[in-house]
Parts: sequence; structure tokens; C-alpha cells
Amino acid sequence: MPDLLEVKGLTAAYGATQVLFDVDFTLAQGQITAILGANGAGKTTTLRAICQAVKTGGSVLFDGQQIVGKSTEAVVRLGVAQVPDGRGTFTALSVEDNLKLGAYVRRDRAEVARDIDRAYERFPRLKERRNQQAGTLSGGEQQMLAISRALMLRPRLLLLDEPSFGLAPLIVAEIFRIMRRINEEEKVSMLLVEQNASLALDLAHHAYLLETGRIAISGPSAQIKNDENVRRVYLGY
Amino acid sequence: MEAFLHQIFSGLANGGIYASVALALVMIYQSTHHINFAQGEMAMFSTFIAWWMMQAGMPYWVAFFLTIAISFAGGLIIQRTILKPVEKAPVLTNVIVFIGLLVIFNSVAGWVFDHTIKPFPTPFPKGSFIESRYFSAHEVGTVLVMLCVLAVLFSFLRFTPIGLAMRAAAQNPESARLVGIRVSWMLGIGWGLAAAIGAVAGMMVAPIVFLDPNMMSGILLYGFAAALLGGIDNPWGAVIGGFIVGVLENLLGAYVIGTELKLSVALVLIVTTLTLKPNGLFGKAVVTRV
Repeated sequence: MPDLLEVKGLTAAYGATQVLFDVDFTLAQGQITAILGANGAGKTTTLRAICQAVKTGGSVLFDGQQIVGKSTEAVVRLGVAQVPDGRGTFTALSVEDNLKLGAYVRRDRAEVARDIDRAYERFPRLKERRNQQAGTLSGGEQQMLAISRALMLRPRLLLLDEPSFGLAPLIVAEIFRIMRRINEEEKVSMLLVEQNASLALDLAHHAYLLETGRIAISGPSAQIKNDENVRRVYLGY
Repeated sequence: MEAFLHQIFSGLANGGIYASVALALVMIYQSTHHINFAQGEMAMFSTFIAWWMMQAGMPYWVAFFLTIAISFAGGLIIQRTILKPVEKAPVLTNVIVFIGLLVIFNSVAGWVFDHTIKPFPTPFPKGSFIESRYFSAHEVGTVLVMLCVLAVLFSFLRFTPIGLAMRAAAQNPESARLVGIRVSWMLGIGWGLAAAIGAVAGMMVAPIVFLDPNMMSGILLYGFAAALLGGIDNPWGAVIGGFIVGVLENLLGAYVIGTELKLSVALVLIVTTLTLKPNGLFGKAVVTRV
């Protein structure tokens, strides 16, 4: 299968501080790829670099098209949705308005309305709170909203930044179950950044280990999961 | 009693004008956290454009709506060309740009249209059907026009996709970009709307204060007071603040301090609000989680 995302020699910097050095990885169409690593390894920056929210160098091909140098808005319009760090909720707007915003670049109104209904089917809790201010939702509900909002774009690539962060294990399990279903049924490719390595390796097909801005190890998830050394040195369990 | 009621009503009419100036300030403050000091001069300049078109023989309402459209485009262009390059610059840079705009608009207006004081027509002449014992036709007309402006603006922001995108961009620009909203353009539209609202306020106030390049300086001060009193981040608060300031200023001017000291009401209000209730009557207290 062809690669949907091909990252080569990616660098990223915040002002004078370089965070990513020459990162290479690929993501095959329809697959879930995980990027693991400790705090400060550059996981979030990798996602921010793909959607051009930080100064980047190198090459990022999305479906064969160079996206380094485009604006964030333009990358989104190509079909790249992101569930950002901290969920990015529009706190003062209603749940439904948050979902509508996810489909901002789409023009097929009837389909958008249908997708909102599907989001409510997927997460009935959001339906109960559809007219509530999104800022009043619990952390788990806001994460569900963030995922649903990103899906409203009908993305070809979904970037997920620590979807398990700060949530109760039960809710994390539910969210990961639904992410797997979205990947299998709707063939949405995903790039997942996680601190919770075992969770991420269970979900992803392929994984990369990021260490201070460089790829240290890569391989199929199953292989990384069972590699005694990798586990001890990098994953700490 | 009749005089007292009359003071209140004319205060409400002024209040409508202050409310819209305050609203224009709030629109830009909400999305950029800057106060546009040139807002008043932009409104003055728009009013001159309307005056010029009427001098050329255009009917009032045609000139009125044309001026609104031109002002919207003007505001948008100013944001795109002058403000966009300093979007990420420190606040002070922006303040200097605003003051520069203020001076430029003021001088250019004086240069092009000269400094003599000009009468500006009202579309609500004496003796029209909306006049009554307590208030003049222009006063009622002003309040009605301002209420229309508010209704149009609020429905635009509330019920249209672009309005929703503008609110989203103001609230959380980073997230807005991630759903594909062109945030910088939303700021441009905000500037356009603010300029258009200002134009209406200018055209409504010009028949009362007469048209000259310095006509808005006092009005802008009342607008500031109104925006601060209502809460600088709350559009509804700005509107209510506008009406409160209008009535208060008129009553104090008529019965307590006299008309010469009226403008100091605005200054006292600004200082009092900032010391006693910095978030204004209806503003949200800023709480940050650490």
C-alpha cells in the first residue's frame, strides 16, 4: 500500500531552540502509527510540524504533495485533522457549535448534519450535552468532543496528541476502542502520540520511538512490544 | 418632570451612539486584545465620505448604505495591509500603529475636507411621525438605527457560519486554525465590521455635534468608558454600558456639574471602573489555572 505520509529530514524549532533533528518516518494508508517517547522528546512538536504550526524544515509529503511551507489552514483543507494537546475545546461555544466548526471547510451541509448525528451515536454523552457550553464538560467528554470535532472534517489523516492524557482508565479504554473502530470501519489513517506506551502499542500497527528529537527505534508494534531491551530502556515497564 | 424625562431620553439617544462605538472597540478587543484608538477617527472619516457623497447630490439613504460598505472595505483593507504585519508584535507596537492611524485620519480629513465645521443632515427631520413631546425625531431615529445595527450584528455572529468562525477564532485561534479557519482573515472581517459600526455611529452623531475632523474625540472617550463599564470583553455589556454612560452623562450635565464638565464624567467613570471593578459590570473575571 502506498504511503499516505512520508516524512524526511524533518526539523522543527521554537525560536532558536531546535526540537526535532532529521526525523524520518512513514505512515501507510489506512494504518495507525504511534510515536512514543519521554517528556520533551518532541512528540507534540512532530504533530505541530506536520500541520505547520511551528517553524519546520525538511520534507513532509502528504499523499505525494509537499506540505512544508503551507499554512496550517491549507494543510487542514487537504484532509489532515488534529486532536490537539489539551483538546483545543472552544470552551464558550456549545458542543454542537464545536462539532460544526470541525466541518468548517466542508460545503456539503446535508452530509455535515448526518456526520453530527453519527458523532452523537458514537458518543451518546455528547448528545445529552449538545447545547451545553463545551467548557463545562468533563475531561473525558471534552476528549470525545475533540475526536468527534476532528472527524467532522472527514479527514484522511487524523493526528492525535495524547488522547489518554489525564483521563480515568475506563474512559481511556472506551476512547481507544472507538478509535480502533474508526480506523477499521472508516479507514481513517492515524498518527498517534502517546506517553502510555503499552496502550499505544496495542492500538498501532507500527511504532517509532523518539528520543530528544531523533528517531531511536522503529518497527511493527508487536515487535517493539516484545523486545525486552527496548521495553526496559525506553518504555520502562 | 418633563425636563427630567427629556434629559433621560436624549441621554438614551447619545447612549446608543456610545454603545456602538463601545461595541466596535469590543469587537476588536475580543479577538486581538488591543484597543483601537483610531476607531473614532475612522468613524469621523466615514462620516466625511457620506457628507461628500451627499454634497454630490446622492440621496441620504443611498449615501448611508454606501458609506457603510466603503467603511467595511476600508476597515478590512487597513487590517490586511497595516495591522497584519504587526499581528505578532508586542502590544506597544500596535498601540503606536493605532495612534499613527488616528493622527493620519485626522490630518487627512482636515486636508481633504478642511477644518471648517459643517452641518450634517439627519434623515429624521423635525415633525416626522416618530417625534413626540419628550424626544426629538433624530433622538428616536438614532436609537432605532442603533438597535437595528445591534440586531444585525448579533444575528450575523450568532447564526451564520462566518460568525461562528469569527467567535471561534477570537476564543481559541490555535484550535481555529486546526479546523481550517483563516484566523487572520477573521480579524480582517472584525475590523471591517467595527469600521462599519463606527460609520453608523458617526453619521448618527454628526447632526448633533456637527461635522469636523475632531468630532469623534469626545465620543470615543465616552465609548471607552462604556466599554470598560460594561466589561471590555462582553459585547452585551458594552451596549448596556453605552446606554448607562449616555443617561448618566446627560443627567449629571444637566443637574449636577453643568455641561462644561460633562466630558470629565467619562474620565471619572474610566478611573472608577478600573480601580473598583476592573472587569466591568458584566465582564468575566480572568482566572488562570496554574
